[in-house]
Amino acid sequence: MAKLLEVRDLRVSYHTYAGEVQSVRGISFDVDKGESLAIVGESGCGKTVTAKTIIGLIQTPPGEIKKGSSVHFDGKDILKFTNKELEQYRGSEVSMVFQDPMTSLNPTMKVGNQIAESLIIHNGMSKKEALKEAVKMLELVEIPNAESRAKQYPHEFSGGMRQRVMIAIALACNPKLLLADEPTTALDVTIQAQIIDLMKDLQKKLGTAIILITHDLGVVADIAKNVIVMYSGQIVERGNTDDIFYYPQHPYTWALLSSVPRLDLNQKEDLTSIQGTPPDLLAPPVGCPFASRCNYCMQICREAIPEVTEISDTHKVQCWLHHPYAPKVDIPIGNGGNKIVY
Amino acid sequence: MEGTRLSTNQKELLVVKNLKKYFRVGSKSILKAVDDVSFVVKEGETLGLVGESGCGKTTTGRTILGMYPATSGEVIFDGINVQNLDKRGKKEFSKRAQIIFQDPYASLNPRMTVGDIIGEGIDIHHLYTGKERTEKIYELLGSVGLNKEHASRFPHEFSGGQRQRVGIARAFAVEPDFIVCDEPISALDVSIQAQVVNLLIKLQREKGLTYLFIAHDLSMVKHISDRVGVMYLGTLVELASSAELYKKPLHPYTQALLSAIPIPDPDIERSRQRIVLEGDVPSPINPKPGCRFRARCKYAKPICSEVMPELKEVDKDHFVACHLY
Amino acid sequence: MVDVNKDKFVIIGCKDKDAEAIVRPNLSFWQDAWRRLKQNKVAILSLGILLVIIVLTIFVPIFSKQDFSEQNYELLNQRPSAQHWFGTDNLGRDLFVRVWKGGRVSLIIGFVGTFIELVVGCIYGGISGYFGGKVDMVMMRIAEVVASVPYLLVVILLLLVLPKGVFTLILALCITGWVGIARLIRGQVMQLKGSEYILAAKALGANSSRVLFKHLIPNTIGIIIVYMTMDVPGFIFDEAFLSFLGLGVQSPDTSWGALVFEGQGVMTNHPHELIFPALAICLTVLAFNLLGDGLRDALDPKLRQ
Repeated sequence: MAKLLEVRDLRVSYHTYAGEVQSVRGISFDVDKGESLAIVGESGCGKTVTAKTIIGLIQTPPGEIKKGSSVHFDGKDILKFTNKELEQYRGSEVSMVFQDPMTSLNPTMKVGNQIAESLIIHNGMSKKEALKEAVKMLELVEIPNAESRAKQYPHEFSGGMRQRVMIAIALACNPKLLLADEPTTALDVTIQAQIIDLMKDLQKKLGTAIILITHDLGVVADIAKNVIVMYSGQIVERGNTDDIFYYPQHPYTWALLSSVPRLDLNQKEDLTSIQGTPPDLLAPPVGCPFASRCNYCMQICREAIPEVTEISDTHKVQCWLHHPYAPKVDIPIGNGGNKIVY
Repeated sequence: MEGTRLSTNQKELLVVKNLKKYFRVGSKSILKAVDDVSFVVKEGETLGLVGESGCGKTTTGRTILGMYPATSGEVIFDGINVQNLDKRGKKEFSKRAQIIFQDPYASLNPRMTVGDIIGEGIDIHHLYTGKERTEKIYELLGSVGLNKEHASRFPHEFSGGQRQRVGIARAFAVEPDFIVCDEPISALDVSIQAQVVNLLIKLQREKGLTYLFIAHDLSMVKHISDRVGVMYLGTLVELASSAELYKKPLHPYTQALLSAIPIPDPDIERSRQRIVLEGDVPSPINPKPGCRFRARCKYAKPICSEVMPELKEVDKDHFVACHLY
Repeated sequence: MVDVNKDKFVIIGCKDKDAEAIVRPNLSFWQDAWRRLKQNKVAILSLGILLVIIVLTIFVPIFSKQDFSEQNYELLNQRPSAQHWFGTDNLGRDLFVRVWKGGRVSLIIGFVGTFIELVVGCIYGGISGYFGGKVDMVMMRIAEVVASVPYLLVVILLLLVLPKGVFTLILALCITGWVGIARLIRGQVMQLKGSEYILAAKALGANSSRVLFKHLIPNTIGIIIVYMTMDVPGFIFDEAFLSFLGLGVQSPDTSWGALVFEGQGVMTNHPHELIFPALAICLTVLAFNLLGDGLRDALDPKLRQ
């Protein structure tokens, strides 16, 4: 089956007064039709920049998508799109849901109109038809009294409702790919549960592929099929959720998994934290980006970026520990959340 | 967390009795942010306070410290009624009870160096001067894992996690006994959260501190707290030891809350049945009489809309405010 | 290509000494603002022009061979020449020297007046904004009353009562002008006083004056500076206007306004006597305004990178 999205060797930098910040440093991944992929990582790892590149929202300048990068959506090279092509692409083929529902909706426009806007532009509907469809979308995202609520303004909705509206806008033209950038981080836990269930439902109904950007591993375990772990602009590990949660191979993934307290287990020991902070991407390190914080660091790690090792069809890791020369290291975590002594 | 665990005869450091904090909104409406909350914090323990937005946990924390004047009720710290303090008493109190804020970006004055920010408490209470002051500031920086060189830098040069550590150092500078941690980790990345929480636990052990840990992330609260109170719309609905609360939640809201938290384990997520609460969190403005959770509770009975349930001890040291019990 | 040698595969772990280092150079708020200002060519040009004007007003009257009050009946109303770069006025006085001497007065009035207004406005607005409630209400009502008094009336009355001169002028101009900046500071203070770092300072036990003067006011400095650059030209203009009415500095002392007044009288025959002082005023006011615009952008914390 042809891939919906193919990203190859993507490099994106930002030019600031202090120099060039290399936000994304050579990543490649695929997304199938209807798949749900989670990109996990902390602030500054490049996940949001990656999403923005896919949807064509990188401003150049100060951003720069380096030569040699390629992003193919449905066979077409997005990076070569003209402005007009980008405008058609955004909203109808790919759409995005942002983190903060308060600021991503236009406060002066009725909600129904905001959903209809997308339909008018991309599907060429008349205003009347678009508004009818907008009400249907509101029903799809389970907003009660959809018809009367379509005539209301964003401030009359609560945070969770606003996020549903955002999802309705994003899905109005039935895009093939939905990018969700931390869609539940700003919401209360019980509302978050509702939104996640909604997204899973909609995915089943509409067959939309989802790329979910988050740092919440619980959400990943709930909704994602495949996971990419990013650190400092690179992909350090990728696999399906079972691979990542039960057989993680990269020290950063180990640290990430063991720094999250588990509700269902009775843990008495300290949480694992990784000392220090991620490297400044103004002057990215020569070798593996995680070397300066990794307890398993070796000399080679400081000198060269590790080669990618294929653990299985689905599971790949970028770490020198998997080189034949490297010493054997037991996976300190997985299968029951046993704590590691970091 | 073993060594400093408490006996039941530990001194009660903080007693909160029937605390109410109402805000006037517009001419006719009253926002009942905190509505008759009572609990006790023993010396050396960590009491977690959880709930979702609008539940009043932050307002409770700030009212306890006197940042907002209480509408009614008592806050008694080490035997002293905090509400009636004069200016001098308030200053003394600020040396003993401190606060760590949620937003590492807004809680540091952007025009002050980190050294001065940490040293402010020292300056206000005239604790050290000159060389001693500088040494103390370096010591505080070191205790939160930062370097001497950082003292002359400005907040915007640091990451969120580092800024939060500066905030912690600032609170510790006056050597308090009690610290209100107001969502100190919500704005931080996952592995940095662990860093900050470990730091807080370490400092608590070293100095024998008492914490009121306010958060909405229940997994983290369970990890750091001895006892946990669950708040909903200004009322305390359940209070128990953290192990007990998670093993046997009694209040319907607590049950729903716990089931809503996603667990980083795909098998568990795939197989679990969630209790999904319908609807939105109602507004704390002009609330209707009776139990606040009534509208979203599937066990609601007629009495629930008439009488506010009291917080009663239902099991040993396990309190619930619900008409089911 | 890096040599992949088996020796390099021994686990050594990480030393955390560098883990917390900050790579970027120490960039304070002012350094960042200066860097942004530098990018604004117009603002830098304006700054340059102002510096030149200030230097001229300081040094020309000191070093010039001509004295500003020396009258020379032979050379009345002369056009600009090699000897008198700006020509002479109707009493034979060298206009070049007089323009820069007058500039001193105008600029002093501008700077000192602004400074006094600033101090008064800061304290007044700061207290009003910080305490809010009744205090604020009363203080603002008083300020409004002061502001609604026709300022010209006040100025004229003062000037009739007090001896004419630079000091009286400054006093007159300040007496109603401080309200603007007081309101500005009050607004800023009200906005900032809910910030968490203010709450933190109070939680540490800081008293009101500490919060106001160590925390709130320093964070309003950006606005203050911008306001100042916009206010100075206002003073210069006002002074010119008053001098026009004959209420300004008295001969032989002069200011730009006074020079314009004198020049306006002989405008048709000897335009140079009007043009040079007028040009001086316009250039200065324009430069201040453009610099103020540039500063506003450079100091806006939201635009920082």
